[in-house]
Amino acid sequence: MTTDDMLLEVRGLKKHFPIRTGLMRRVTGMVKAVDGINFHIHKGETLGLVGESGCGKSTAGRAILRLHEPTAGEIIFNDPVLGKIDVTQADRETMMKIRPNMQIIFQDPFTSLNPRLTVGQIVGEPLEIQHRASGSELSDRVAELLNEVGIRPENMTRYPHAFSGGQRQRIGIARALALNPSLIICDEPVSALDVSIQAQVLNLLDELQAKYGMAYLFIGHDLSVIEHISDRVAVMYVGYIVEMAKTDKLYFSPKHPYTEALLNAIPKADPRLRTRPERLLGDVPSPANPPSGCYFHPRCRYAKEICSVERPPLTDIGDEHYVACHFARELSLTGVQALSDIKLEMPAAKNV
Amino acid sequence: MAVDATKLPNTAPAVEDVGTIPQWKLMVRRFRKSKLSVAGLIMLIVLYTLMFLSDFIAPYQHNRIDSNYAWAPPSQLGFANGKVVTYALKQTLDEVRFEWIYAPDLENPIPVEFFVQGYEYRLLGFIPSKLHLFGVPDGSQINLIGADKDGKDVFSRLLKGSQISLTLGFVGVLISVIIGSIVGTASGYFGGAIDNIIQRLIELLRSFPDIPLFLGLAAALPMGVPVEVRFFLITIIIAMIGWTGLAREVRAKVMAFRASDYTSAAIAAGASHWHVITRHLIPNAMSHIIVVGTLAIPGAIGSETALSFLGLGILPPAVSWGVMLRDAQTIEAITNYPWMLLPVGVLIIAVLSFYLLGDGVRDAVDPYA
Repeated sequence: MTTDDMLLEVRGLKKHFPIRTGLMRRVTGMVKAVDGINFHIHKGETLGLVGESGCGKSTAGRAILRLHEPTAGEIIFNDPVLGKIDVTQADRETMMKIRPNMQIIFQDPFTSLNPRLTVGQIVGEPLEIQHRASGSELSDRVAELLNEVGIRPENMTRYPHAFSGGQRQRIGIARALALNPSLIICDEPVSALDVSIQAQVLNLLDELQAKYGMAYLFIGHDLSVIEHISDRVAVMYVGYIVEMAKTDKLYFSPKHPYTEALLNAIPKADPRLRTRPERLLGDVPSPANPPSGCYFHPRCRYAKEICSVERPPLTDIGDEHYVACHFARELSLTGVQALSDIKLEMPAAKNV
Repeated sequence: MAVDATKLPNTAPAVEDVGTIPQWKLMVRRFRKSKLSVAGLIMLIVLYTLMFLSDFIAPYQHNRIDSNYAWAPPSQLGFANGKVVTYALKQTLDEVRFEWIYAPDLENPIPVEFFVQGYEYRLLGFIPSKLHLFGVPDGSQINLIGADKDGKDVFSRLLKGSQISLTLGFVGVLISVIIGSIVGTASGYFGGAIDNIIQRLIELLRSFPDIPLFLGLAAALPMGVPVEVRFFLITIIIAMIGWTGLAREVRAKVMAFRASDYTSAAIAAGASHWHVITRHLIPNAMSHIIVVGTLAIPGAIGSETALSFLGLGILPPAVSWGVMLRDAQTIEAITNYPWMLLPVGVLIIAVLSFYLLGDGVRDAVDPYA
């Protein structure tokens, strides 16, 4: 792959939230929500970002859009017009120009649409902000967008409360689509939906990607969903990416013990299975007070002395397989045995 | 596997009325369900209509003095020859208590005439008129609810007083709502040092006890200025004290809406602060602002009354309900001339109506709850 098809490169991205206490609001600590992550997204591909609740995956997504101001690091975005730009250093004017190319879809369809605005106003808002369209041109474009996501354009004058969760999510997708972005951050877009609706929305995302060729940073915690949608997957643990590889590779031959534990936790729909998966002991450490060395070492079966001392960097072990583990090359870990066992059941998809 | 979006199951029912109803219409529907609040609203409409028409309804100017009618009791009304009549007063001196004793002269009915000419005034402030709803011929007087120590007609004064009492609270709250919304929005939206400074300032202002602060500010007002100027200055005082609470509540709301995903979506599309504030924050906070404002009006009306009662607000010869109540300060007045307390009754009705209205509005602003 040439560097030219690189869309987004994140280097050493950190987002720390200060903990303030007392009357003077002194900073007494830092929640290291995102603690120096590196990854990249190629044009038109989907990178799945997976991890447990609170591991910083959403914060990372928002920091890329500067919805949270990053604490440190570089976010190199390859803008179709302006070329490569470090988002963290961009001034107001530049941000205004690159923002249309990076949009976001949110997790909760019930809070992501302003209840005071009609669907038409919601979907048309980005176009208005960017002065792309107005008047009848605007409503034509909105109708087109709604059609694109499977909402009837007649519904433009209705308010969000008249729609179901899945429909609202489609409206949110239409809004993200309005400015023809080259990157959409999907912040757990299906985790608030029914399984059958999840499949519909995932298929819609797939279809839109095939049509418009935008890239997705797909944040999620459901490994089956991530596997279905992603070309490559990055696994996060307490603000740090521990493993990143092509989807098949990561699922079949994980190189990080945490990834192995995650994959083993996928329920297997086979009543004949008698073996119980290896359970991961302990709790996720607090990002305000993480352990020394490798953050995973207190829970790791394979931990050795070095693990509690030195934090392993994310290194390429070949063919875009990045692992942050001292023993990545030595351990032989088990991934998912047969892909068919955990294939996402998609009853609704068959109906369409 | 490509899916044609247009063929996806569209589970939204065919376009019909319910989804297209703007939120304010849903609020009106909800509001109308609360009978008490509707009653409050109707009562307020009546009060404000009376206020606007006060010069038309009042038979006499509020400061017209006639010592022949000092402490005159309410005129007795009756019917004679198919007409509404009142009776002249027979005045006798109680030589023990040295007081005038009034008794209606039932032999001598005076016809009450409607739509008569009287003193000149400007209806709604600009239509010159002499027409009055009712009156009696010169040489006699009608005091529907009695007269005060100078023979001033309490009914006329009550109407005239409503002009100040009902508008001052309203305007005061309006000003404090505007200040509170702007300051609260700035504080909640920008946060950080701005927020910190504003909040400490509010704490400082709130830590003053209300009454001494009122007194201090009122004492600082220039004496001998026209009634309008004094009215305006007192409005400002009431607004100055009222805005802090609202600013805090707006701040909390704005902080919540600022963190919402739809605000993030607008920012991600490149929206300016102004766009975010006017499109997302204020419209969502507006219902709350209206509720707090409505519930603050009775307090402001009370404040004006209290100030005027203490002789620090509106000063005679101008009249407000608080000024009228100054005349009811003595035990003598309350026991002998109970009609002097009537402004309290009207005040209670006005304040209660505002509270009922505010309750209804509060329940209505969240039509999905």
